[in-house]
Amino acid sequence: MHMKRPVLVTLSVAVMLSASACSSSSSSTKEVVEGSTITLVTHDSFAVSDGILDAFTKASGIKVTVAKGKDAGVMVNEAVLTKGKPVGDVLWGTDNTLLSRAVKEKIFRPYKSPELGKLDKAAVDLVPGGEATPVDRGDVCINTDTAYFAAKNLPAPTTLDDLADPRYKDLFVAPSAATSSPGLAFLLATVAKYGPEKYVDYWKKLRANGVKIVDGWTTAYTVDFSGSSGKGTRPIVVSYGSSPPSEVTDPAATTAPTAVMESSCFRQVEFAGILAGTRHPLAAQKLIDFLLTDTFQADMPGQMYVFPARSDVKVPDAWAKFAVLPKTPLVVSPSDIATNRDKWIKQWNDAVLG
Amino acid sequence: MERRRSRLTLLGVAPALYVLLFFAWPVAAIVARGLSGGGLSDVLRDATLRRVAWFTVWQAGLSTLCAVALGLPLAFVLACYRFRGRALVESLLIVPFVLPTVVVGAAFLALLHGEQSVRGVLLAHVFFNVPVVVRTVTPLWRKLDPRFADAARTLGAGRVQVWRNVTLPLLRQSVLAAAGIVFLFTFTSFGVVLLLGGPRRRTLEVEIYQRTAQQLDLRSAAALALVQLVVLGGLLLWSSRSQARAAVRQRLADHSQPARPVVLVPVLLTALALFGLPMVALVRRAGRWSSAVGTIGRAALVMSLRTALIAALVATVLGAMAGVVIARHGRVSRWLDAGLMLPLGTSAVTVGFGLLITFNRAPVDLRGSAVIVPIAHALIGLPFVVRSVVPVLRSIDPRQRDAAAMLGATPAQTWWSIDAPLLRRALLTGLAFAFAISLGEFGATSFLIRRGSPTLPTLIGELLGKPGVANNQQAYALAVILAVVTAIVMVLVDALNQRAL
Repeated sequence: MHMKRPVLVTLSVAVMLSASACSSSSSSTKEVVEGSTITLVTHDSFAVSDGILDAFTKASGIKVTVAKGKDAGVMVNEAVLTKGKPVGDVLWGTDNTLLSRAVKEKIFRPYKSPELGKLDKAAVDLVPGGEATPVDRGDVCINTDTAYFAAKNLPAPTTLDDLADPRYKDLFVAPSAATSSPGLAFLLATVAKYGPEKYVDYWKKLRANGVKIVDGWTTAYTVDFSGSSGKGTRPIVVSYGSSPPSEVTDPAATTAPTAVMESSCFRQVEFAGILAGTRHPLAAQKLIDFLLTDTFQADMPGQMYVFPARSDVKVPDAWAKFAVLPKTPLVVSPSDIATNRDKWIKQWNDAVLG
Repeated sequence: MERRRSRLTLLGVAPALYVLLFFAWPVAAIVARGLSGGGLSDVLRDATLRRVAWFTVWQAGLSTLCAVALGLPLAFVLACYRFRGRALVESLLIVPFVLPTVVVGAAFLALLHGEQSVRGVLLAHVFFNVPVVVRTVTPLWRKLDPRFADAARTLGAGRVQVWRNVTLPLLRQSVLAAAGIVFLFTFTSFGVVLLLGGPRRRTLEVEIYQRTAQQLDLRSAAALALVQLVVLGGLLLWSSRSQARAAVRQRLADHSQPARPVVLVPVLLTALALFGLPMVALVRRAGRWSSAVGTIGRAALVMSLRTALIAALVATVLGAMAGVVIARHGRVSRWLDAGLMLPLGTSAVTVGFGLLITFNRAPVDLRGSAVIVPIAHALIGLPFVVRSVVPVLRSIDPRQRDAAAMLGATPAQTWWSIDAPLLRRALLTGLAFAFAISLGEFGATSFLIRRGSPTLPTLIGELLGKPGVANNQQAYALAVILAVVTAIVMVLVDALNQRAL
């Protein structure tokens, strides 16, 4: 049969071409920062108020183009695939569940910003070699619908153990750990709380207690959860410590329609890193410094629903009142996550969906 | 005669090159890169994955059957009956097809009270794909020569017999054409399966995405992409072969008759329920319009329309060229047809990453370039243009061409006076289809779009990923705007089409 030939030819041509694509050399000529344009590559949740990046351009003479892609995991993989010939100069949004892979694959060119001292120490400690720079923090936490529990005269659950209590049967909805990043973060929260041996038993109890697993955060929060736009049937959901302020419509309100279960929060830190192979390393460093300024950090809560990495930056009033950033959140080290992620997801899959 | 044929075959070169350049090469590159360290055999031996592959084929097959079964009565009514508002119904019918899956999925989920089931998946697939069946089958059905059926009736055949032995065989090629497209669409279904089927039910597409985005395992993702391609390639070759056999010549004239309400009313009511209920659910979740439009919404709308226009024009030109070649049968035609369809059934992850590692050098560094989105959309729109054009071209009676030739027309003149006028309507149908697809495309766009404004579907996706009632309402409001804009464009194109006849 002749059928195979065209495929083989295409394949071998493609292999040759892509192989030659890998061998690029970077020039080490002196970089002129003024008047250059650099690209900030981000995931799809990145947002910034009008004029903020212009302030940077005005001060530094560097123009910034924002190139938005898909979710954070895809962006890290993309950076791995294009290593040495990056799509941009700075990558925004690698979080602590992805950090190890990014570091291992050496997609970043290390840089220690002089501003590091102002950042949350726990976050900075995650990158001892300056591989990337922490830019924001937040937690994946259980949220509850306050009105539902008030109407039922039932106290809202306050611990992870409560979720397995028959009083809260069929009330909890969570995104899948296999297809959603907050879903994975919540799985890691249970690993942190119950240990890598016992967490599966906890999930079996949750399953017996009627936990509903859906594809992602959007479905869980906006369709099944009773406390937000979808007016669903379940008053307990996996969301973020920063979700409640968005549910407050009356600026004078003293309580939010939803509450955060503080003991369930799993810390997520997002990093920005200079992509190895950039032709604008100096300009990229200047951008990293800018991302840590008061101007940029204070803009993040309203735009990206995350807390600044700097603890001294003021957050909006609604955030101060209703958002939660626990002092001692649940954590799993990036290297533990990297080693065990696939195993844990598989165990979780078997226990909860199997 | 032979010379003319071979010269016409050259028309296929441009579309073939387009697909090789923007699809085959990138996909081959990413698969080769992923498998350079082995890994294919591990994937093939994995029992879970065999189950996923089977579920993928099974749900796609069942969805296709359901969409055809529900689409044919509607196509019949639109093709054979004259009634007020027929043209409008036909134009509006495309709207479901362009709506973002996230939004429609959520609307269905609300209707089903959050229940996750195969039933929900099928229902949503039918919602999205009945328009494909109707749009593809109706034009040919309207032109069926009624004398075949009349003759059968005269010879004593009952209604059912006529339908089974005469009408269906005559329609077979356009039904198969539609079924092929529906199968591909549902084969790579991602959002609908996740959303309505729940996390227990996974397709290959879901599996590929999960391995790429969550497990960061490009090797098995590449192996799965290869499995996807092989399964599809086989099915496509088989289907284009059986389509070629089914071609029948018809007279091209309108034979519709006054409507019979006994048939018309139930069919239209079913359609209204199927399409109307989710739309109502959608509108109810939308907030006030003023808040929805805003600057970002307007920019996204402009971006969407511009992208769709470019993509539809490219797809139509290339699709017309390919259609002429494919309509002529033979091995080249079969391979071209299958090759053009393949992108529809390939994971956006695979193509997206493939483009990333191939077009990465000046002067053709397309990564992050704005051109890449319409290029990809045209790739997806191409098969729709081909499938609108080919059945019409194949049904042209060659005696008409012979007559023209006999009267002294050159081959070019013959083509211009016989084929071209008939092509025009089919091309406009294809153009509208490609336009609509581009307007609603989400999967590939969210992978490729980088600079500048998002398109409407990607903006809707972004908004749905944010907390708060306001964001959510804006997302649904934008989805309604997308539906309305699509409806307006389709009504205009179809009106133009009517006038052109």
